[in-house]
Amino acid sequence: MTFMPSRPLSVQIAALLAALFFGSVCNAQNDEFQEAQKLFRGGQYAQALERVDVLLKSSPKDARSRFLKGLILTEQNKTAEAIRIFSALTEDYPELPEPYNNLAVLYAQQGQYDKARNALDLSIRTHPSYATAHENLGDIYAKMASQAYDKALQLDKGNAGAQTKLGLIKELFSSSGKGVKPSATKGEPVEKGATVLTAPVAKPAPAAAVTPQTPPSAPAAAASPPAPAKAVEPVTTKPAADQSSAEVLKTVYGWAQAWSNNDVSSYLAYYAKDFRTPQGESRSEWEASRKVRIAKPKKIEVGVEQPKISVTDAKRISVTFRQNYNSPNLKVTGMKTLVMVKNGDRWQIQQELVGS
Amino acid sequence: MLALPDLHSVNAGKPRPLITAVITIALLLWATPGTGAQEVRSKNATKTQPNTPVVEPESALVKTLVEIRNNRLDEALIEVNTVLASYPNFRLAHLIKGDLLLSRSRPLKELGEAPNAPREPVEDLREEAHARLARYNRERPTDRVPKFLVKLNAEQKHALIVDTRQSTLYVFENRNGEPYYLTDYYVTIGKNGVDKHKEGDKRTPLGVYHVTSNLPRAKLPDLYGSGAYPISYPNEFDKREGRGGKGIWLHGTPSATYSRPPRASDGCVALTNQDLDILGKSLQIGITPVIISEGIEWVKPEAVTALRKELLTEVEAWRKDWASLNIDAYLQHYAPGFTSGSQSLDEWKQQKRSLNASKTWIKVGLKNVSVFLYPGRNDLAVVAFEQNYSSSNLSNQMRKRQYWLREKASWRILYEGSA
Repeated sequence: MTFMPSRPLSVQIAALLAALFFGSVCNAQNDEFQEAQKLFRGGQYAQALERVDVLLKSSPKDARSRFLKGLILTEQNKTAEAIRIFSALTEDYPELPEPYNNLAVLYAQQGQYDKARNALDLSIRTHPSYATAHENLGDIYAKMASQAYDKALQLDKGNAGAQTKLGLIKELFSSSGKGVKPSATKGEPVEKGATVLTAPVAKPAPAAAVTPQTPPSAPAAAASPPAPAKAVEPVTTKPAADQSSAEVLKTVYGWAQAWSNNDVSSYLAYYAKDFRTPQGESRSEWEASRKVRIAKPKKIEVGVEQPKISVTDAKRISVTFRQNYNSPNLKVTGMKTLVMVKNGDRWQIQQELVGS
Repeated sequence: MLALPDLHSVNAGKPRPLITAVITIALLLWATPGTGAQEVRSKNATKTQPNTPVVEPESALVKTLVEIRNNRLDEALIEVNTVLASYPNFRLAHLIKGDLLLSRSRPLKELGEAPNAPREPVEDLREEAHARLARYNRERPTDRVPKFLVKLNAEQKHALIVDTRQSTLYVFENRNGEPYYLTDYYVTIGKNGVDKHKEGDKRTPLGVYHVTSNLPRAKLPDLYGSGAYPISYPNEFDKREGRGGKGIWLHGTPSATYSRPPRASDGCVALTNQDLDILGKSLQIGITPVIISEGIEWVKPEAVTALRKELLTEVEAWRKDWASLNIDAYLQHYAPGFTSGSQSLDEWKQQKRSLNASKTWIKVGLKNVSVFLYPGRNDLAVVAFEQNYSSSNLSNQMRKRQYWLREKASWRILYEGSA
C-alpha cells in the first residue's frame, strides 16, 4: 500500500511553444508542423509521427519537430525513444526548460526519481519561473518521500511505483491536450490563457526582433496597491508578537513597493547581509541579476495578498503570501515565503522561498 | 524583449519547504520531557566505543536533526543519506528522510508526516526518535558510578546495566575491581514496560541477573537477529515474590530492520545486531552480571567504597561466626523472613544446630565475592561467592548466592542458596 499522493502525481508534460525562438521557419514547413500538431492533439499519433518524420528529414535539427516527436513517442509509451529525443534536445538546447521537464516526467514514470529530480533542477535553472517544473519537482519529492516512508514503515514498495505510472499517464493525456494551444500565426507567443507560467524562454533575442503581444487588457491599475493592514491574519495573540508582526508586514509591503517602483537600491536594502542567495551565488552576482530584472521592465507591479505570519522567535518571523507579479510581458501568481530576521530595529529578508 | 519573470527567480533550482514547519519537527523533538531545549553536544568526541564503525548511526541521526533545527535542510538530507548508506534498514532514518523530502512539496507539522500512514508504526518511530535524542542529550556523570556495582569479582570482566527509562544498556569494565564506563547502546524493552510479574505480560523484569547461556544465531528464528543471551530471570528474589514467566533474553533485531522502537519486545532486552555482536564478545556465560533498573543512581566512587566496606564487613562477620562454632552468633545473621529453597528460618536454624553439634571444627573460606545493590531498593544486596567449606566430618566447595536485607543499621540474610 502506498500513502502518497492525495493528489495524483500531477506531472505535466510541458508544451513547447517554440515558434518564438526558432526564428525563421518557412511557411510551408510551418503549415506541415501545424498539421502534425493537430494530428497529435487529435490523438492520431501514428499519422502525426509520419508527418514529423518527414519534417525532420528536411531539417533534422529542428527543435520544434523533435520536441513534438518526443511528445508523440511519450503518448505511444515508447519511453526509451522519447527519453533519447528529449535527452538530445537538452544537449543541443541546454537553455530550454521543457525538454528537461519532459525528460524528468519520463524518468519519474520509470521510478528513477533521482534522475527526474536532476532534470527538473536543470529545467528550473534554465528558467526559474517555470511553474510546471516546480510543481513536478514538488511531486517528485513527494514521491521520493513516499518511498522513504514506505521503507520506514515497512510497507509494500511495489505498489507505489505502479501508482505513479498510472497517475502519470493520465496526466500526460490531460495536460498535453490543454497545455498546448494552437498558435494562430507564426512568431506569436502563446495566447495568454493557455499556461501563463510556461512562458517561452530565455534566449534573449534582440529586443527589436520580438514584439510581445501583451493584451492590453491587463488591469494595470487594479493590480497591487498594498493591502490594508487588516488583511493580516496574525497567528499569535501576544502583544509583543503583534507588534513584530505589524513591523514585518510593513516591511514586506515596503519591499513590494520598492520592487514595483523599479527602485533597485531600496529594494536591495530589504535584504539582510547574510541573505541566502537562491543558488549559493555571491551577493554581488545575485545583486547584479536582480538589478537587471528590477530596473528593466517598464512597469512592474508586485502585489502581496493574504499574508500569513509565522513567528519562530522574537528575531525571526516568516511571512507567506500570494505574490502577484505583473509586468507588461508577464503575469505570474504564486506563493512566496520571506524569512525575516531582525537586525537592530529593522526587519530584513534572510531567505526567499518559492512554492506552495 | 521578454521580461524575465520574477516569481520563481529566488531560490531557483532548490524549491524550499516552508521552513517554519520543519523547524517545528525539530522543536517537537527538542521538547521531549527530560531533554529540554539544551544544546546537543558533540558526543562523538567523548564516547569511546570499541570497533567504532565508520558512521555511528545514532549520532549521525542526531546530527541530522540538529541540521534540521538549524534550518540546514540540504545538509540534513545529505547526513541522513549517509546514515542510510551504511544502515539501509534504519527505519527511523527513512522516516526523517521522508519528512525532509516531503517538506519540499508541502509544509510539515510533526515528525513522521507520512500521509495516511497507519498510526502505530509512526508513533513507534517517533518514540524511537525521542529516546535516541534523549539518550544523546543526556549527560553521563563521568566522575560517578552506578550505586548498584558495589563489588565486582575478579572473574567478572564486565557488568551490564540496563536503564529502562533511557532505553540504554551500559557496559562497564572491571578494572581492578572498579567499574569503568566503556560504552552504551540503545535497547528495546517490553511492550508493556517493566516490572514483570507473570508469563505473557510483555514486561521486562527489574533486578540483578546474569547471563546464563548463549544461543547462536543459526538455532534461532530471525526475530532474534544475530544471537541471544538468556538471563537468570526469575531469580531467587523474584520467586520469593511470586513472580513468574521465563525466557528473558538479551537478543538482536530481525534482519528487516536496523532497530526496534523503545517498547516493542515481549519483555526481552533487544539490541541492534551490530551492537549485540560487539557486546557478545564481552559476555561470560554464568558470570557477567546484568542489572535491569528504572533509572540509575550515580554516586561518587567513595560512596560505593563505603557501602562495599559495610557489606563485606557483615559477610566477614557471618563467615567468622560460622567458623567459630558459636551457633547463636551465626544464626543472628539471618533475617526473620529468611528462606532457603523451601526451608523456613526455623527449619534452617534447627538443621544448622544439629549439624553443628556433631562438629569439632569448621573452616570457611570465601573467594570471588561480588556484591550488587538491588535496583529500586537501597536495603537489598545480592552477594555471591565461591565457598570453600571444610569441617571435622564434611568438606565441600560450592558457589553460593545470598540476598542481604538491611534492617535498621544491620544487614541480615534473607535468602541463601547454591548458585
